[in-house]
Amino acid sequence: MADVTLDAKGLNCPLPILRAKKALKDLPTGGTLEIQATDPGAVKDFEAFCRTTGNELMESHQEGNVYFFTIKHTA
Amino acid sequence: MADEQNAKSMSIIVTKGTLDWAYPPFILATTAAAMGLDVTMFFTFYGLGLLKKDMNLKVTTLGNSAMEMPMMGGHMAMPNIMAALPGAPALTTAMMKNLIKKKGIASVEELREMAIESDVNMIACQMTLDLFEYKREDLIDGVAIGGAASWVEIATKSEINLYI
Repeated sequence: MADVTLDAKGLNCPLPILRAKKALKDLPTGGTLEIQATDPGAVKDFEAFCRTTGNELMESHQEGNVYFFTIKHTA
Repeated sequence: MADEQNAKSMSIIVTKGTLDWAYPPFILATTAAAMGLDVTMFFTFYGLGLLKKDMNLKVTTLGNSAMEMPMMGGHMAMPNIMAALPGAPALTTAMMKNLIKKKGIASVEELREMAIESDVNMIACQMTLDLFEYKREDLIDGVAIGGAASWVEIATKSEINLYI
């Protein structure tokens, strides 16, 4: 279970990333954030976001049309 | 935080001020800032309109010869000549704003607000202010005024330089 959950369902690029960044900022280092999104582009984008910022993409999966991402605030 | 010190930077020259063309620079600027880059936007010519306090952006079929709008499961071509019909630009603008809302896409105003919040450096072109007779007061707060040399200095230090 992540420390914080962000509902980004229904939002389109780049809002899931921008909202996630905002949420990560408020998390202490080591804290985890779960993002729920329906934007299929978010899959590739969260991978790129984590590679570039150094935050850890711990897990991602899909349930129906919802994508789940768990990011650890490491950077 | 380390993600605030990515040390990479990006600059964008923003030359267009229509509803459709306002998106790429603001989307890229806000996303790059979220990914830890230092971002500078240089607004010149029609792009300067995106810094006005009162943004009333429009989109027209004119010059957008590939424009199509989704309609009843298909796509309707929007020929250039449509722009000449009375009310056509208002119609295309309303159609696009409606789609933007329906698809969960941020408004340009929202994106601009987020760019400001994430400390994107915005420079308004002094020459364009003079040319089109805008005053500093017509623009939002927090905008620097500068010229080509200001951008060149930033561009020489940036990994990414875009012209939109």
